[in-house]
Amino acid sequence: MSELIDLTAAQAAKLTRAGELDPAELFEAYRARAAGDELNAFTWVADVAPAGPPAAGAPLGGVPLAVKDLFCTEGVPSQAGSRILEGYRPPYTATVVAQLAAGGAPLLGKTNQDEFAMGSSNENSGYGPVLNPWDRSRVPGGSSGGSAAAVAAGLAPWAIGTDTGGSIRQPAALCGIVGLKPTYGACSRYGMIAFASSLDQAGPLTRDVTDAAMLLAHMIGHDERDSTSLPFPGEIALPAREDLRGVRFGVPEELAGDGIEPGVLDSFRATLELAKRLGATVEPCTLPHAPHALSAYYLIAPAEASANLARYDGVRYGLRVDAPDLISMYTRTRSAGFGPEVKRRIMLGTYALSSGYYDAYYGTAQKVRTMIAEDFRAVFEGFDFVVTPTSPWTAFELGAKTADPLAMYLNDFCTVPMPLAGIPAVSIPSGLSAGLPVGFQLAGPAFSESRLLDAAYALEQAIGFDGSAARR
Amino acid sequence: MSTEYEPVIGLEIHVQLATRTKMFCGCDLSFGDPPNTHTCPVCLGLPGTLPVLNARAVHFGVLIGLALGSQIAERSLFHRKNYFYPDLPKGYQISQYDVPLCSGGSLGEVCIHRVHLEEDAAKLVHVGESGRIHGSDRSVVDFNRGGTPLVEIVTEPDLHAPDQAREWLTLLRATLKRLGVSDVNMDEGSLRCDANVSVRPVGSQQLGTKTELKNMNSFRYLERGVRAEIERQIGLLQSGEAVAQETLHFDPASDRLTPLRSKEEAHDYRYFPEPDLVPLVVTGEMHAAAQADLAELPAARAKRFEQQLGLAPDRARELAFRTELGDYYERALAADGHDPVTVANWIPQLVERIGSDADPAQSKVTPEALATLAGMVSAKEVARDAARDVLTRLVAEGGDPRTIVEERGLGSLTADDGGLTEIIDRAIAADPAAAEQVRQGNMRAVGPLVGFVMKETKGRADGGEVTRLIRERVG
Ligand SMILES: [Zn+2]
Repeated sequence: MSELIDLTAAQAAKLTRAGELDPAELFEAYRARAAGDELNAFTWVADVAPAGPPAAGAPLGGVPLAVKDLFCTEGVPSQAGSRILEGYRPPYTATVVAQLAAGGAPLLGKTNQDEFAMGSSNENSGYGPVLNPWDRSRVPGGSSGGSAAAVAAGLAPWAIGTDTGGSIRQPAALCGIVGLKPTYGACSRYGMIAFASSLDQAGPLTRDVTDAAMLLAHMIGHDERDSTSLPFPGEIALPAREDLRGVRFGVPEELAGDGIEPGVLDSFRATLELAKRLGATVEPCTLPHAPHALSAYYLIAPAEASANLARYDGVRYGLRVDAPDLISMYTRTRSAGFGPEVKRRIMLGTYALSSGYYDAYYGTAQKVRTMIAEDFRAVFEGFDFVVTPTSPWTAFELGAKTADPLAMYLNDFCTVPMPLAGIPAVSIPSGLSAGLPVGFQLAGPAFSESRLLDAAYALEQAIGFDGSAARR
Repeated sequence: MSTEYEPVIGLEIHVQLATRTKMFCGCDLSFGDPPNTHTCPVCLGLPGTLPVLNARAVHFGVLIGLALGSQIAERSLFHRKNYFYPDLPKGYQISQYDVPLCSGGSLGEVCIHRVHLEEDAAKLVHVGESGRIHGSDRSVVDFNRGGTPLVEIVTEPDLHAPDQAREWLTLLRATLKRLGVSDVNMDEGSLRCDANVSVRPVGSQQLGTKTELKNMNSFRYLERGVRAEIERQIGLLQSGEAVAQETLHFDPASDRLTPLRSKEEAHDYRYFPEPDLVPLVVTGEMHAAAQADLAELPAARAKRFEQQLGLAPDRARELAFRTELGDYYERALAADGHDPVTVANWIPQLVERIGSDADPAQSKVTPEALATLAGMVSAKEVARDAARDVLTRLVAEGGDPRTIVEERGLGSLTADDGGLTEIIDRAIAADPAAAEQVRQGNMRAVGPLVGFVMKETKGRADGGEVTRLIRERVG
């Protein structure tokens, strides 16, 4: 049993495809672990394995998949971590979930998350916080905290989540796993309950880089139901690169110095040394507008969210608190259904879009966004990748930052510039600091995922991170 | 001496496009089907769904822009217009805002401000006495209409009289109908018109405070609503009061205008670019495809009927502004185009017999049959009165007018027919006094004689021919 759990998803898939491992047995092993979840990582777990074996030759080999709650799954609760959608079972399945199921990754369960993906600690879930398997008094990060904790703890072989300002990479870093945010448009958003439409992207959370590449290969592609999705140029090959000869790493001074916890900075610098030994060149670079990314992000994302969340009005689905008139019904329903952080962001976004304030807030934020994209474009003329710590700190204690939203927002300091620029970025575990995982982030130009995963794989091999302690 | 006022009127017209499917999803459009039978996760605004723009709606939008001579934007944007209402499942309407698909242009004497694409709201039915959401017992929503493609056409304030507004809307309706982009049925709501109305002292260049009139869902109501509002505004100004900028609801039953509750209209829509859609780019191919589909428009058609076919201006407009009449007319001309004026004059005769709203193409009278009948009249093969009877018979039974004329012996009597001369002689004998006056040159006296002949021949004789023969006989 413990042997099964120690297999990576790719290893397990190889065995099932070879007929050496029964996928039903594999599914049941994980199903049992997920059902016994003590981290509150799951909000729903499948009762039984899917009927019948995976399609012959299904590349993902029947290896079960944990899916962030905000992906719509037909007939299965999809609540986006919010009480306003309690018990909501959609009539259709999100495109990426359907593609992964078709590729042979059946649905194991739905994972807990910050409400509507708004948060960096998973403490904003309407269904209780998720605990970090490395230290249960600490947060797993967020918003895809349930997916990250489930994979780290071996409750799921692999998982998918969504990243808007760091919601895949930051929890991956805090839980010691791999998390990839693809290029905006690489994966369909159809069926993803929206937070901020111009930033949201689905991506894998996995035990290693190979698993991430396998999942990503089945997530990408144009979807006629999502006008912002694009055909992916080329294919995602399994990473195999062992060295980094000729690869140029740029270290942006704005994102890799002030405000980063010393232990995190040590691990980051050690990883840079390792990269040099693998043949990479490591030079400083500059993203002059990156320090403004957080401000721009916390205007654009709430503005879009304020509109995206208007549909939860009690009229058609989800929670309704009855009232004698329409306006009171709206007010009571939304007051009861949304948590405090969601309300804060709806108010922020509503304000930023208000007549008379639009230009000063939303308009300015969009200009900053363009400048940040331009900064990256300029850097990528001289560098292959931008590298930074993923999170300024390791997993913090539950409740440590809940009183101060601004301190909580700083979690996203290093991860927010990339989604604003629409570019891909991956976080890999680079080691431990005081017994807690540290994440190392690589970001590349749009659609550079294959190269990005190759470089991450070379580093991963050299680092040799052992995450097994979290599965015990 | 009291001041004279000039009304200034601009129109905002919403047109439901006759695409097969909705603006942003694959649901079929419907009218009159059971509630909530044409819905899907997208048009119900279910979590996680995304809009996909209907290419046909864009084609129609470009077509309308070209027809109005508008500038077609190479790249236009969709925005979210945010407000809460149960007929709006997403909590926002997707509409074009600061960069519309079409800008400028004109139709007739009225300049066009802009034409943009958007989606229709669902239909809210208030159960209870008031019929309005406030004070109703409960409200139910039918999402069949939600997401229907709309264009909004906004004119410049170039109209100056209620009947002019009505007439212009008739021309717009004919134009849209001719383009085939909409059913343009005001009863069913596929054409909806709001009006912005202000008045100013004659000669003034400044615009007065305007009000917005809603719910004028017929051509008559538009004219009546605008007239009532102009009178109301002039009354206010004459008694020294000011016109308040507000939105008014027209009640056709009483001709009264009541302000919409400010709660229903006081919105900050918080427009921002719709992040779920990419900018709408109109390619050269799309432009060319619309150009190729651009039919001859009613105004141009009327001009052609007048100038090339010699129709009177009223008749030319009558046929050109109702596409189905114009089409029927041209098919008749294709069968026999010798005398376009006579053929044109027979169309109203046909319309009178089939009902003024009916499409003649759906009647039993083929355009060829009508052309034949008109040709026979021109050639004096059948008299006008007899031809009217033939037409009545064609409407009832269809068939070939020539056969009907032959079978029923309705062919014209001419001088060659001994019968006609004999009847004329009898007419003269029956009224010698009249005959004597005609002989002396008083042509007014010929009437009773002609009437006698027509009665005897059952209308088969040609009036002009009979008159000529009478003069000859009284010699
Ligand atoms: Zn639909």
